[in-house]
Amino acid sequence: MTTPDEVLARAEALRNRLPSSFRDEIVQSLYAEAEQIARRAVKTPENRQYDLDQRIDRLVTAPVSGLLIMLLLLTVVIWLTVSGANVISDLLFTLLFGFGDWARALFVAWGVPWWITGFVWDGVYRSLAWVVSVMLPPMAIFFPAFTLLEDLGYLPRVAFNLDWLFKKAGAHGKQSLTMMMGFGCNAAGVIATRVIDSPRERLVAILTNNFVPCNGRFPTLIMLATVFVAAGFGGAAASLIAASAVVAVVLIGVAFTFLMSWVLSKTVLRGEASAFTLELPPYRRPNVLRILYTSLIDRTIFVLWRAMLTAAPAGAVIWLLANISFGDGSLAIAIARWLDGFGRLLGLDGAILLAYIIAIPANEIVVPTMMMIYTNAGMMVEAPGSDSAIRSLLVDQQGWTLLTAINLMLFSLLHNPCGTTIITIFKETRSYKWAAMSVVITLGTAFIVTFLTATLARLAGWP
Amino acid sequence: MTRPTTDLCATCPAHARLEQMGIKMDRYDRVVALAGNPNTGKSTLFNALTGLKQHTGNWPGKTVTRAEGGYQFNGVKYKLVDLPGAYSLLSTSQDEEVARDFLLFGQPDCTIVVTDATALERNLNLVLQVLEITDKVVVAVNLIDEARRKGIDVDTRTLSRDLGVPAVPIVARSGEGIITLLATVADVIEGRIATHPRRVEGTPAFQQAIQELTPLIEQLAPGIPNARWLAIRLLEGDARVQRAIRSGELADILARQRTTADRLSGTMAVMGRQ
Repeated sequence: MTTPDEVLARAEALRNRLPSSFRDEIVQSLYAEAEQIARRAVKTPENRQYDLDQRIDRLVTAPVSGLLIMLLLLTVVIWLTVSGANVISDLLFTLLFGFGDWARALFVAWGVPWWITGFVWDGVYRSLAWVVSVMLPPMAIFFPAFTLLEDLGYLPRVAFNLDWLFKKAGAHGKQSLTMMMGFGCNAAGVIATRVIDSPRERLVAILTNNFVPCNGRFPTLIMLATVFVAAGFGGAAASLIAASAVVAVVLIGVAFTFLMSWVLSKTVLRGEASAFTLELPPYRRPNVLRILYTSLIDRTIFVLWRAMLTAAPAGAVIWLLANISFGDGSLAIAIARWLDGFGRLLGLDGAILLAYIIAIPANEIVVPTMMMIYTNAGMMVEAPGSDSAIRSLLVDQQGWTLLTAINLMLFSLLHNPCGTTIITIFKETRSYKWAAMSVVITLGTAFIVTFLTATLARLAGWP
Repeated sequence: MTRPTTDLCATCPAHARLEQMGIKMDRYDRVVALAGNPNTGKSTLFNALTGLKQHTGNWPGKTVTRAEGGYQFNGVKYKLVDLPGAYSLLSTSQDEEVARDFLLFGQPDCTIVVTDATALERNLNLVLQVLEITDKVVVAVNLIDEARRKGIDVDTRTLSRDLGVPAVPIVARSGEGIITLLATVADVIEGRIATHPRRVEGTPAFQQAIQELTPLIEQLAPGIPNARWLAIRLLEGDARVQRAIRSGELADILARQRTTADRLSGTMAVMGRQ
């Protein structure tokens, strides 16, 4: 019977008998053989003309024009998303809330006990209606646009353009690929880090992936940008301003990705960026049917379904919290009041923080949860049925300012990963420590940044 | 190489004898692996054969775990395993390791190495490495349409002769050549096509060392399919293979790859939606 050690010792002895260059010889003969076989089997045209792909690449991957085109594409995609989503969102609001009111009235007419009517229509249904009307439209536009760029072959070009920045941050250039997958879903972005071979750089990519807003968070950003930042502008200008605000938030997220990668590479994950090769594949004609299937069925419906699954119980929880008496009000009011001091410090309020806590399983339901808390806890008289109604209610009844909106956008961008992503990080790293770190890093950043902006704004005497 | 008996005429309507079976794989007769460099169209071919909707993207690194699906061809049920792309079998990133472990220890009945006709030379490096591991290989020369457009002509006959395994031109996106590919895979599995894979020979001293080491590894892990390749890796001092041998991991990997529901399949539900 042979033991492992004997086999290893034998291999060692045999290796020592071979000339020291034999390894290189094997690799060289492999390459030589590949070349020889290819030369015999492949006929390449003598004068390969300068093809269209190369001409496009010269423009798309040049230092200045490459970055400008990237920014332009990002803005166009987000502008399409923002302007298209607003129209559909309003329509869905009207339809779904109209149906809810009608069904609720029916329940009342039938004499169904108030708590069943409240639980079903004011809790669960309203929360679902919110999630669908806020989330579905932006996703149904963003995902096809993103998938189109992916199919075309644009993603590796972005990686090429951003490589020098990642290298400066001590991170792997392929992190831009995983970052881009993060725009779709951070959990998918974390899984995509498997393409990075160095464990150190892979961890950097995992821990910073959450700094790009996923599709669950885009609707929050879009709503806040539309309702607050772009308020006061009319027509086309409004959607352009709103889109610019969202682009700015995305760029801040990318900046934090670099900053945090750099910090990690200088501290706990010390090391140099490693070299790698990345192919720039030819541009290919996208397959429209496949794009529609992938983006609408697999991505949009999947994310929406997940959001609905978490929104329904969240709606139920909020309704219960709002209807269980505690002290002189409800439990929801008590918790919101208790969190209020800390919330104000960050330029937010207690209800917003409570919404974030309830929404930990899925970030996408933060805004609906927040609105539910305001309405159900009696803080808001009626459920807003459109974007403009949201604005007037939040400003008039809750004292929201532009600072609240901006800090909420920043908080939404920087705060902890959703439950699914945290679990994915644990699965990928097999370490409680790094899963916990991902929460600490992001939440810490969110607290510090929002505290700083709130304090600076107050010092400047702004709102 | 002998001539395939299941010769098919070009006028044969595509998918005539192909039945896509999606994920219905409770019973299958053969296992076929899809390997190849990144972004050569493995997942596109996988979707065309199984009818599944594995995400594809025009960038290297899109697939990071293995996906499994099924198809039926001429009455035989095949399980098809889509592997992440890899440039070589020597590297260390996790996606490439998935591919390497399956080829080494998953014991597929046949491996289709998907290559990019417009960059064949680079792709051949991996083909030659796969040929070191297994005899049962069919090379699919994909993206033949793109090559044609660029005026590149690939002579698959010469290629087959030089490699010692069949090479079939295909266009995975349109389905061109797929029936021929499947017939060839069936012929290789059933032994109707005998393959004589081209192997890097090296010096006589190197040859002798391999011959001495291979039986020892076979004793250590009975039933291991690629003792020769592991011997080469050991001679080269591959730390990962050394570790696998010392820790008894080899036996573990063998056992793990044999069960279809291994750790990776568990994450498939999430993975389908990247």
